[in-house]
Amino acid sequence: MEYFIQGEKNKWEVILGLEVHAQISSKSKLFSVAPTSWGGEPNSQVDLVDCGMPGALPVINEYCVEQAVLTGLSLNAEINKMSVFDRKNYFYPDLPQGYQISQFDYPIVGKGFIFIESEGKQKKIGITRLHLEQDAGKSLHDQDIKNSYIDLNRSGCALMEIVSEPDMRSPSDAAEYVKKLRSILKYVGSCDGNMEKGNLRADVNVSVRPFGENMGTRCEIKNVNSIKFIQQAIEYEAKRQVEILEKGQSITQETRLFDPNKIETRSMRGKEESHDYRYFPDPDLPPLMIESNTIEELKKKLPELPDKKKIRFMEELNLNEYDAEILSNDKETANFFEKIVHKRDPKFVTSWITGELFSYLKKIDKTIIESKVTTEKLGNFIDLIMDGTISNRQAKEVFEDYIRSKESAKDFIKKKGLVQVSDESEINNFISKVLQENPKMVDEYNKGKDRLFGFFIGQVMKLSKGKANPTVVNKILKEKLKKI
Amino acid sequence: MTDYSSLTIQSAISGLRKKDFTSVELTKFFIEKIQKNNELNCFITKTFEIALKKAAESDERILKNSNRQLEGIPIGMKDLFCTNGVKTTAGSKILENFVPFYESTVSKNLWDSGAVMLGKTNMDEFAMGSANTTSFFGNVLNPLKPKSDKNKRLVPGGSSGGSASAVASGLCLAATGSDTGGSIRQPASFCGLVGLKPTYGRCSRFGMIAFASSLDQAGPITKSVEDAALMLQCMASSDEKDSTSSKKKIPNFLDFKKFNLKGKKIGIPKEYSIKGLNENIEKVWKNGTEWFKSEGAEIVEISLPYTEFALPTYYIIAPAEASANLARYDGIRYGFRSNEPNINSLYSKTRAIGFGKEVKRRLMIGTYVLSAGYYDAYYLKALKVRKLISNDFEKAFKSCDLILTPTTPNVAFPIGEKQTDPIEMYLNDVLTVPASLAGLPAISVSAGFNNEMLPIGLQVIGKPFDEISVLAAGSLIERFREF
Repeated sequence: MEYFIQGEKNKWEVILGLEVHAQISSKSKLFSVAPTSWGGEPNSQVDLVDCGMPGALPVINEYCVEQAVLTGLSLNAEINKMSVFDRKNYFYPDLPQGYQISQFDYPIVGKGFIFIESEGKQKKIGITRLHLEQDAGKSLHDQDIKNSYIDLNRSGCALMEIVSEPDMRSPSDAAEYVKKLRSILKYVGSCDGNMEKGNLRADVNVSVRPFGENMGTRCEIKNVNSIKFIQQAIEYEAKRQVEILEKGQSITQETRLFDPNKIETRSMRGKEESHDYRYFPDPDLPPLMIESNTIEELKKKLPELPDKKKIRFMEELNLNEYDAEILSNDKETANFFEKIVHKRDPKFVTSWITGELFSYLKKIDKTIIESKVTTEKLGNFIDLIMDGTISNRQAKEVFEDYIRSKESAKDFIKKKGLVQVSDESEINNFISKVLQENPKMVDEYNKGKDRLFGFFIGQVMKLSKGKANPTVVNKILKEKLKKI
Repeated sequence: MTDYSSLTIQSAISGLRKKDFTSVELTKFFIEKIQKNNELNCFITKTFEIALKKAAESDERILKNSNRQLEGIPIGMKDLFCTNGVKTTAGSKILENFVPFYESTVSKNLWDSGAVMLGKTNMDEFAMGSANTTSFFGNVLNPLKPKSDKNKRLVPGGSSGGSASAVASGLCLAATGSDTGGSIRQPASFCGLVGLKPTYGRCSRFGMIAFASSLDQAGPITKSVEDAALMLQCMASSDEKDSTSSKKKIPNFLDFKKFNLKGKKIGIPKEYSIKGLNENIEKVWKNGTEWFKSEGAEIVEISLPYTEFALPTYYIIAPAEASANLARYDGIRYGFRSNEPNINSLYSKTRAIGFGKEVKRRLMIGTYVLSAGYYDAYYLKALKVRKLISNDFEKAFKSCDLILTPTTPNVAFPIGEKQTDPIEMYLNDVLTVPASLAGLPAISVSAGFNNEMLPIGLQVIGKPFDEISVLAAGSLIERFREF
């Protein structure tokens, strides 16, 4: 089912294009040696370029260039062997040079594409370009009644601006696009994808049109910093535009802000007020040249990306598409899974990770890495289930306690007295006792009430305090009932 | 006290070596002379204490025979080079009290070579000017006066006017300059000195306050060609802090002395016989060609057809770059600030008061030529013409080794002249700007005088990174001139 907005007169198609700003995970800034780490004292991570001192000069950080190329390659995009840095001129207190060094006519990465899964379909989303640019500093308006302050720690940090084609048609498309992009960036290692810290943020271009007609006028919603907000912003903005158009009015091209408290977009500045940035090539920086060899070398460094990994999980490990997808889309999860699945049964491992582990992580609201659950910890536990030391049911019951504990799987289970009884004679005793105590039920069963089999199992388990190995119980109980 | 005014660096070095005098003695002499010549207004900041301390250190080194190349040589530093702990103004109110906490590469190189800084020399504001009349700290006087009217005061040229006047009046042995469209060569010519603009990229621009980044290049203003070679040797370096700095190996520039010009082809561009070229200058130019001939060089007429477009091209590109380079002077982090209740008025008042008229004019021009709708017609077109001008030189250098031209169309003019029409002032640069646009090395050497005994400079332009030939040709002029 295609997404659309049902107006009073028309069915409206929503056209979306995204500009994603991703901060490159690098130790130093794009054009200076100042560190980029998060949370430093204000203005403690600032070099001459980052505060626009007289005579300061930018020098390109080669690591950031490599990360941009790697990212470009992971987006199936052309790498431009020559790109140019431009100055984007505007005055703002947190822009110390009075211009931002960016790329305009000649970006480092050209056209590419990625695939997303949205609304049950695979969709190809075009990438228009990726370019490198400096981040600005931060104005602090809440420190004093009269004055504003400026923190330049972020000034000069390397950003990749990734521009998509207007190929998305629904809030879900946009959400999946950002998720996929984030997943790829994390795989490549070029950006940590942290939207809360603002290391990944999106400008969303929204326009609407009756199906089959020409593109409408678009509005750009600036700096939306969560996937939920992106969806909400689109829903609100698309409806707003439809209402205007159905009244016979027209959309003004403008830049808008999303207010997450009121869940609405508001006009920030119109086209007339838009800056004339007076881009021109930065004379401090020669054109950026990238050798074919460098590109080839970087191609070799490219890790297996989520799409390929998913297919491999399906083909090699026989996972279903759903499981393969959720185990491959996050790099940390995939690494965790791959370590743990080694020499273990993939189906079993998958069900434990996507089941118990994921619900535990959701409960504590942490990622795998943050949770500090190690592959040994979970692996050893799974091994004890597989070899019958502990029953699956019991394992599920104690999983959370185990994960929180500092004990090894064996010690933990021993301590809890959970070691499963698989000894046939011991189980035989349990069964005999249960059958003796319930002659009526045995009678009924023999008359054809097959369903009572479960009753006996339950009683045996109860008697054994849950320790009896259900497989063994099953086997012996069947044999015994036959003999009666 | 002995008069050291007429010493060159070369003669001072040998005097220091022979212990005829100490660096402290030299330094004290220049300090006194600077104080006596305050009316020339050559220095914005005087650093006498630092100078005496450094001179004493140099004397110790000289005693230990561990001299560096410019050990104990007192020089002036154009106030465009950031000097750690010493006020650096670029001749502007907006940086009136700016004290850098870092050192420009060029000045660092000179200190590392043992040079002693007497002070920061006056200059046109942000190096924008050709007469040193745009400085917030007042204009500089040329020590030379016309023969017929010794009361008339002349401009020293610009923008490195303080440096040129200081060297010409013997207030220091040499000085640094920066050349964007002629700011070293033109004042050198006006003051009867040697001014060398090396190839773009030879000297690092790190810590040199930017005017037009694609053109700015540091260089020396000296009394002799040999001194220029010595100074450049110490100033030049390839610098990781400047992405446009050249990685080419730096030769021994003093090798120019061994360079033979016999059989070399000297190009005379016909387009440089511009309308308004002073006839005395034309005569000196002619003399110059004869000198080269008599040394066995071959004179060839060449054509640089795009010359007439160089000046307009320059006055689009340089202001365009300046409009962005000077955006950082916004009163937010350092420098002059006009405190205003809101940010926009803070910006506009700070910049309206902080910048002088000429700077504001160029910022307006630069902003205009980069604006939407004008970019293609002005800035982009200028970039294309710049390429054509470069091509002109490239082609010309297929049929010649060096190019000989006058440095300026006129000699030094009286203070107050050419102040009403900016275009008239800009015309001063008409002969120096083409080499700047092409990034080529060029020297101006004093070659003769007009009737008023005012100096006339000849310019020699060389191939990229061929400063040695340029210096050799300069040295030839020095030998043949009649003084």
